[in-house]
Amino acid sequence: MTIIEGKTGPWEMVIGLEVHAQVIANSKLFSGAATAFGAEPNSQVSLVDAAMPGMLPVINEMAVEQAIKTGLGLNAKINLFSEFERKNYFYADLPQGYQISQFLHPIVGEGTIILDLEDGKTREVGIERLHLEQDAGKSLHDQHPTMSYIDLNRSGVTLMEIVSKPDMRSAEEAGAYLRKLRSILRYLGTCDGNMDEGSMRADVNLSMRRPGDPLGTRTETKNVNSIRFVQQSIELEARRQVAILEEGGTIDQETRLFDASKGTSRSMRSKEEAHDYRYFPDPDLLPLNVDADWVESLKKDLPELPDAKKQRFMDEFGLPVYDAGVLVADQETAAFYETIAKGRDPKLAANWVIGEYFGALNRTSGANLTNAPVDATKLGGLIDLIADGTISGRTAKEVFEAMWDSGKDAGAIVEEKGLKQISDTGALEGVIDQLITDNPGQVEQYQGGNVKLIGWFVGQVMKATQGKANPGMVNQLLKKKLD
Amino acid sequence: MSKLTHLTLTEARNGLAKGDFSARELTQAHVEAVEVCRSLNAFITETPDQALSGADVSDERRRKGDAGVLEGIPLAIKDLFCTQDVLTTAGSHILDGFQPQYESTVSANLWSAGAVMLGKTNLDEFAMGSSNMTSYYGGVENPWRRSGSNEPLVPGGSSGGSAAAVAARCAMGATGTDTGGSIRQPAAFCGIVGMKPTYGRCSRWGTVAFASSLDQAGPMTRTVRDAAIMLRGMAGHDPKDSTSVNTPVPDYEAAMTGDIRGLKVGIPKEYRIDGTPAEIDAVWQQGIEWLKAAGAEMVDISLPHTKYALPTYYIIAPAEASSNLARYDGVRYGLRVPGDTLDEMYEATRGEGFGAEVKRRILIGAYVLSAGYYDAYYNKARRIRTLIANDFKAAYEKVDVVLTPTAPSAAFGMGDKMDDPVAMYLNDVFTVPASLAGLPGVSIPAGLSGDGLPLGLQLLGQPFEEGTLMKVAEVLETAAEFDALPQIIS
Repeated sequence: MTIIEGKTGPWEMVIGLEVHAQVIANSKLFSGAATAFGAEPNSQVSLVDAAMPGMLPVINEMAVEQAIKTGLGLNAKINLFSEFERKNYFYADLPQGYQISQFLHPIVGEGTIILDLEDGKTREVGIERLHLEQDAGKSLHDQHPTMSYIDLNRSGVTLMEIVSKPDMRSAEEAGAYLRKLRSILRYLGTCDGNMDEGSMRADVNLSMRRPGDPLGTRTETKNVNSIRFVQQSIELEARRQVAILEEGGTIDQETRLFDASKGTSRSMRSKEEAHDYRYFPDPDLLPLNVDADWVESLKKDLPELPDAKKQRFMDEFGLPVYDAGVLVADQETAAFYETIAKGRDPKLAANWVIGEYFGALNRTSGANLTNAPVDATKLGGLIDLIADGTISGRTAKEVFEAMWDSGKDAGAIVEEKGLKQISDTGALEGVIDQLITDNPGQVEQYQGGNVKLIGWFVGQVMKATQGKANPGMVNQLLKKKLD
Repeated sequence: MSKLTHLTLTEARNGLAKGDFSARELTQAHVEAVEVCRSLNAFITETPDQALSGADVSDERRRKGDAGVLEGIPLAIKDLFCTQDVLTTAGSHILDGFQPQYESTVSANLWSAGAVMLGKTNLDEFAMGSSNMTSYYGGVENPWRRSGSNEPLVPGGSSGGSAAAVAARCAMGATGTDTGGSIRQPAAFCGIVGMKPTYGRCSRWGTVAFASSLDQAGPMTRTVRDAAIMLRGMAGHDPKDSTSVNTPVPDYEAAMTGDIRGLKVGIPKEYRIDGTPAEIDAVWQQGIEWLKAAGAEMVDISLPHTKYALPTYYIIAPAEASSNLARYDGVRYGLRVPGDTLDEMYEATRGEGFGAEVKRRILIGAYVLSAGYYDAYYNKARRIRTLIANDFKAAYEKVDVVLTPTAPSAAFGMGDKMDDPVAMYLNDVFTVPASLAGLPGVSIPAGLSGDGLPLGLQLLGQPFEEGTLMKVAEVLETAAEFDALPQIIS
């Protein structure tokens, strides 16, 4: 919880998020048009999407399935009866003059989502509802001096509006909520979560109150399109509201727009100017009745979700909570890790994936798990060489760098560079015997009680072997000879 | 060959099958009849070239042995159905120049059954009206006149152009749409048969929407058998309309056995309304006698919520219309009147594009859906609608069909009632309840008023029992021996 210390005392922020998530589906919510991102303007528009006279919507079953799966992934109640209503308003990129949405009877009811916070703690946030609705088209105001252009590719695309309860208390929690929600949606394959392409957008509801007081008046900041901007807009709006409240003013219930480039926000419309959407059940569509057996079968087929996977990684692999959380944030990463951990030391595997591997990915622009020069098999091979004593952990880092640069196997690089660890007792004994012979003074000191000198002996052996000696064995042999 | 236009659709079908005449000859006769009757203003768009070339294709199909159930039959299409590459106006200025890239399911079904299109018929703007006077393209004249009077009369509405075209022998049949009586009332005013099928029987895809939960397409013809043949060609499940019902379309003609012995006919007491002209009651009584004579049993029934039907309808239909008509905004098709801002463009376009009646209903509809009034109006109307449907359900426990008058009067003068919307809305008093309940209904010409105008009787049926309705309607038709002709062709 973030408490803002004002001049007149502490303030607590209360945050609720409405997320619009574009559903991954074969076609739009009520038409057969395609939904690919980045297509030529108006190339993915059916007669229904353009609201030609006499056109009728027909529900896309896949969109319903995706909404149900998402609801199940949020541990939410699936409403077997739901209803589409018309939300009436005029805008040039809203061809029907209404958006088909769900109002009184959403397809998904209350659920929960568990946030993973920076300090490794978790926090539960309630989901109020999830409903299906159509997206609008896009108005382009910068293409002509006096006219606006309309692109209807997005018109009719399926959105899930996921509404949280006002359970968040800081920008950090809002960020954690969005990251977790995105992770769940991606695990489920119901939304790609790409905020920069607009397939996930958030409306931020925020109010301030004295700790323990009832809820204050909230504002809604619309259509914020990155997690960072959501957090910035929260900080900004919280400070704005506190400044007003501290001056004895009141907060207007209004809709605001956040300008990320300027880091400012402005009022879009007040409560008085709010639309009367004249919702009513869409007479072109029958109520949506979902079969309970279908929901059950979808439930059975759900993938393992991040929370369950995290718990399993802790139980099965003995990973600490932080490592498990990092590894499961993304389904591909988790699978990558599991491939490596299988039959190997899981903690060693986790250290390598989170440490060296993520580090390399981060500093290599455009690299990801699928195109990286080192894949799971190669990284596993490297870890195997550490485990069987062929190379030391330190050498392994050098080998990994070479693998990343060349794409070659660990074995080939070890061979090529002659990095193979000397684990041959005879060879090491020869080096050690020579060392003892050449340095009687040090031997005497050591045997006289200066046991710290063992480090010096090890260092000399490593020096003599260009670092290839197996340090464990060197220690062991030295002690045997000197003690 | 002009006599060809006096054949019924059934007779023409049989004549074509026997080779007595070709589709080309039949169509040519109707194309000429359309020209002769232009003074009625029944058509917004005539498509003679399309008709004749369609007839040639039809003759070719018949030669190959591929004749459909409506092969070679020339029909008129209400201008609410979208027809590919043919101007489609909905009787509104706002659809100026709109040529759809697609064909409505109902008209497409008719063409694949072999029918030929003569043109697009006039209608009340967006099917909102009971007189055809609200059309941007002007009112339609009823082919009938009162005895000894030359005053032009309305054909009823909203399918007024279709009714006039069929009555004037310009078309063998025409499509109509019925939201609250828009097929049945003009059929009654023009002395023809008009059937509104069960909601969901005909696809709404490609038909300009007025009130989605009520709109239903149906046939307008000169005989009951003609309607049975035509409905079979129009109806059917359509996956593109979620409210279309997936049950097979029966051969309605097969149901028309003429035998209604033992059939129970409900006579609802609530349809006896004070102020209804005596001749309307008389024709109703006559219908009762005819059905009794044919062996049917009359049962007095009560439909207690009938008196709420009209106000309920005039809340639900405008509510849906206010939303359905939002798409006519000048952005993508039809009329655009420029403005300096988007809002100004909307205001100018919709202000100029819609007529007074459409604006009235949009305003009523927006009002009854608005915050603070929704429960008092729209929601209450929805609940009453359920009660009205339950009235019929209870009645159909006891009876097979219900007999009522179609309209509370015969055709009235062009321009009458225009300053009194409520008086105009009262035209629908007998047709609206079945619309709200989604039930099928048919109007049959049953006799003439004292001054020589057609009067209709309405039969209402159970869901998807159009066949039973056709059977009873044909018995009434036989008994009525309605053979009077409108003045324009007699």
